[in-house]
Amino acid sequence: MTQAAKPVSRPLSPHLQVYRLPLAAWLSITHRITGVGLTIGTVLLTYWIVSAAYGPDAYARFAGFIGSPIGYLLLFGFSVALFYHLCNGIRHLFWDIGMNYEIAETKRANIIVLLGTVVLTAGAWLLALAM
Amino acid sequence: MVEFSLPKNSKPTKGQHHAAPAGAKNTKRFDVYRYDPDSGANPRIDSYDVDMDTCGPMVLDALLKIKDEMDQTLALRRSCREGICGSCSMNIDGGNTLACLKPIEDCKGAVKVYPLPHMPVVKDLVPDLTHVYAQYASIEPWMKADTPPPASGERLQSPEERAKLDGLWECILCFCCTTSCPSYWWNGDRYLGPAILLQAARWINDSRDEATGERLDQLEDPFKLYRCHTIMNCTNTCPKGLNPAKAIADIKIKMVERAG
Repeated sequence: MTQAAKPVSRPLSPHLQVYRLPLAAWLSITHRITGVGLTIGTVLLTYWIVSAAYGPDAYARFAGFIGSPIGYLLLFGFSVALFYHLCNGIRHLFWDIGMNYEIAETKRANIIVLLGTVVLTAGAWLLALAM
Repeated sequence: MVEFSLPKNSKPTKGQHHAAPAGAKNTKRFDVYRYDPDSGANPRIDSYDVDMDTCGPMVLDALLKIKDEMDQTLALRRSCREGICGSCSMNIDGGNTLACLKPIEDCKGAVKVYPLPHMPVVKDLVPDLTHVYAQYASIEPWMKADTPPPASGERLQSPEERAKLDGLWECILCFCCTTSCPSYWWNGDRYLGPAILLQAARWINDSRDEATGERLDQLEDPFKLYRCHTIMNCTNTCPKGLNPAKAIADIKIKMVERAG
């Protein structure tokens, strides 16, 4: 690939500073952020399983932590990230087979993904708290 | 590389204000990115109050009016003024489009006019397109065939074969899509970007072209093709209503299909 000759050091035109990102672009970056969040959150799951294997004392410490307000907040964040990543991941599967590329379809899928995240998260928490 | 903020020499400063001529009743403000390579100063945002009663309906009309009547130093590319040449592509009101196709009345408040995003700026609204053109040349955008043409002289296509080029041949290489793509912003040195990949698809889909395998080989690379993450900015911004994201997806599918 030939590189542009640079006789003068040219300024770079504004990008994120001026671009008004469409909703689809925000959902795309959210997919990546939730993916990173889920990876880090897996440490928490590992802690849960390891503590159970360790014995009653270790498990009680875990239960104490996860039952605290911070623990609930982490769990809530993890569940939102999980359901968002799941819904948007299914959308990516449709994209991978060449479907859903028209602008109107994209807009519809934006809404479905967001609604799906809200419904699944709310459902999971209602179920968990009712038990 | 992902760099969210602009380099020091690229941060725009506040520029001059150009008032409307006396007696203008219906004015609209245009905030326009200016960069003068001779001054060595940072880019600046100049504002112009344009008299709408004597101005055409499109953003290009206003820019040419500014250049004709208010500030002759403004530099921009334009040619056909009807969405065919692709010269006046720029960032208007937060989106990439052709200034000649963008109605002023679609912009709420002051009309913000910037060059195509994340490009080296030659002057004002004129970006340096050397690199994208080099990328275009790299996909060898011409028909390749080893078999001799038929005696009649022309390689014929059926209507169905020809239809496979619809939505691809209409591209005018304005690079609105390529410069709207965050993936291209961060990896434009190696990622080909939506405009060039749509052109690649145009030749891959051409029934007369005999280099399909070779073309796919050339794109089978972690960066050239696969930096597309379906962000969809390209399709959302194309002023010709084309679908580069779909064209890229079709190439990816062809890659899988030929792997069997």
